[in-house]
Amino acid sequence: MCVDRRKFLQLAGLTALGVAAQPIRLLGQEDSLPADTSLIGREEHPLTAKRWAMAIDLRKCLKDEGCNDCVVACNKTHNIPQFGNRKDEVKWIWKEHFESAFVDQENDFVEETVKHSNLPLFCNHCDNPPCVRVCPTQATWKREEDGIVMMDWHRCIGCRYCMAACPYGSRSFNWRNPRPFIEKINPDFPTRMRGVVEKCTFCQKRLSEGLLPACVVACKEKAMIFGDLEDPESDVRKLLQERFSIRRKPVLGTQPEIYYLV
Amino acid sequence: MIEKALHGDKRYWTWVTFLILVMGVGVLAYLKQFNEGLGVTGMSRDVTWGLYIAQFTFMVGVAASAVMVVLPYYLHNFKEFGRITILGEFLAIASVIMCMTFIFVDMGQPFRIVNVFIYATPHSMMFWDTIALGGYLVLNILISRVTLDAERKSIAPPGWIKPFIILSIPWAISIHTVTAFLYAGLAARPFWMTAILAPRFLASAFASGPALLILVCLLIRRLTGFDAGEKAINKLAVIVTYAMSINVFFVLMEVFTAVYSSMPEHTSHFEYLFFGLNGKNALVPWMWASEILAALTLILLLNPKTRRRTNTLAVACVAVFASIWIDKGMGMVVTGFIPNPLGQVMEYTPTFIEILITLGVYAMGILIVTGLYKVALSVKKTQHPEAWKRSVGTDLEQVEA
Repeated sequence: MCVDRRKFLQLAGLTALGVAAQPIRLLGQEDSLPADTSLIGREEHPLTAKRWAMAIDLRKCLKDEGCNDCVVACNKTHNIPQFGNRKDEVKWIWKEHFESAFVDQENDFVEETVKHSNLPLFCNHCDNPPCVRVCPTQATWKREEDGIVMMDWHRCIGCRYCMAACPYGSRSFNWRNPRPFIEKINPDFPTRMRGVVEKCTFCQKRLSEGLLPACVVACKEKAMIFGDLEDPESDVRKLLQERFSIRRKPVLGTQPEIYYLV
Repeated sequence: MIEKALHGDKRYWTWVTFLILVMGVGVLAYLKQFNEGLGVTGMSRDVTWGLYIAQFTFMVGVAASAVMVVLPYYLHNFKEFGRITILGEFLAIASVIMCMTFIFVDMGQPFRIVNVFIYATPHSMMFWDTIALGGYLVLNILISRVTLDAERKSIAPPGWIKPFIILSIPWAISIHTVTAFLYAGLAARPFWMTAILAPRFLASAFASGPALLILVCLLIRRLTGFDAGEKAINKLAVIVTYAMSINVFFVLMEVFTAVYSSMPEHTSHFEYLFFGLNGKNALVPWMWASEILAALTLILLLNPKTRRRTNTLAVACVAVFASIWIDKGMGMVVTGFIPNPLGQVMEYTPTFIEILITLGVYAMGILIVTGLYKVALSVKKTQHPEAWKRSVGTDLEQVEA
């Protein structure tokens, strides 16, 4: 609990204060992290955008059906527990059948490779997020500067209203204490306690350190293209202009920021 | 005045002891849940709300239904409800406290509940539900306290209380409307996203609440000899009849819209409820039982002969309560999550611990009702001896001493 609060302060400090937070980080971290000067150096150049978004190139992603690199990388980075049962499951990114991912497509004759595919799913970081609308404590909110839908694990009361409101099943609840179920704790990222909701944060902490999201880096096919949607020169923006893309349940008006290139 | 709840005969104390024991078991079960997390319940990543939130929803209805005695008595001057208005208000108080407890036991981090007030968030329906329920509790405590005190002193209630009584009428409607809005505003859950949810909640509330009140009145008559009055019971039965008819009508409208439009995301939930989906059918027998009970109640209630006969009325009221409890307390909440937003069917079954905690909350509510009714009946015993015409009870005798 104590360790978590300290780490959270570091996290909040980093994002809010940027370089100014550096002393806090150094003070609080002596016991958990070796002084990695290269890392600290990068924090002076955090990755920023007006509207973070991701395009997933299914042509590349589906090359290796069994590949789970993005999921494994995320689990390691974010201390995701592995309970081994669906009931207690916590997941930020996971792979799902096309017909479940795009449940509203209702197309029996969709292209064979796509039809039988497994695609990576995670938080859509909606422009109009229903989870944020329902949260009674603003423990989840959309960050104004770059559109990331954030989560404060120290404010969350665990009512799970956001989970009822998310049309994508992207949120997980800590039904049990997750710590004993984390394979190898990454000291650079907070663990959570039982009774709070969590989800993908677009690797907001890594971005503040000048690093791309863990899943993007882990993808050997470079199928995940991450960038600023408001920048006309960004890779993601150019790709979306060139290729046809679909989004999950666009009819709900949530404006998901994950685009699947088919 | 509240000390009157501390005088009772052996039967009274046996009942109170029993309720406290059930509560104690519930507290022990809750301690286990508190220490280990909500993983001890049957809820999952797919079905994130279960028995607790369903019971909360059902009990909000019982709380709101007090308006069905308050409104005719204060707005239409229907004198026959004079004897039971306080019973309706006390039932509402106990129900609201139960609702709050169900929310509390459902929270992952219950001690952070203050965050709801520290970071008050008007765009969340949960914020408004907190205000609606809290305000309704305060209103009912104030009104019942002042009116009962006046009755005890054989004087008319003070004039200043009247605006609060009038306010409590729309407030009662609001608590169940806002509770419906918790669900009806979610695009992610097509089963709940229906404009008729709030009206349907109110109709089922105004059937189940007064049905419970009739049963309680019949029970009190048998146990204590206090007679609510034939006219009052008959009027309540008419209210139950109207409300239940409207409720069944609303359900049929929902089924029509979903089935005739044939949109999979709407039909699949009803399919799960009544026929099962992908071989998963845990709720099917319950839902059919609920519908059969609903049909039975309409036969018994719409026929004036069976509605006026005490025995058949009691059967009808038990059936109304059971039918709506299954519909609201089992089917309504859970089915919003089945199938999940990815079209997968993951079922929910409450665990033993979860059921013990739920029973504990019910025992607490019944204990509150028992104590409050004891107070109300003690006052009525001294002030309105004519209401004890049948005078079969003995357990209130010593109160007068």
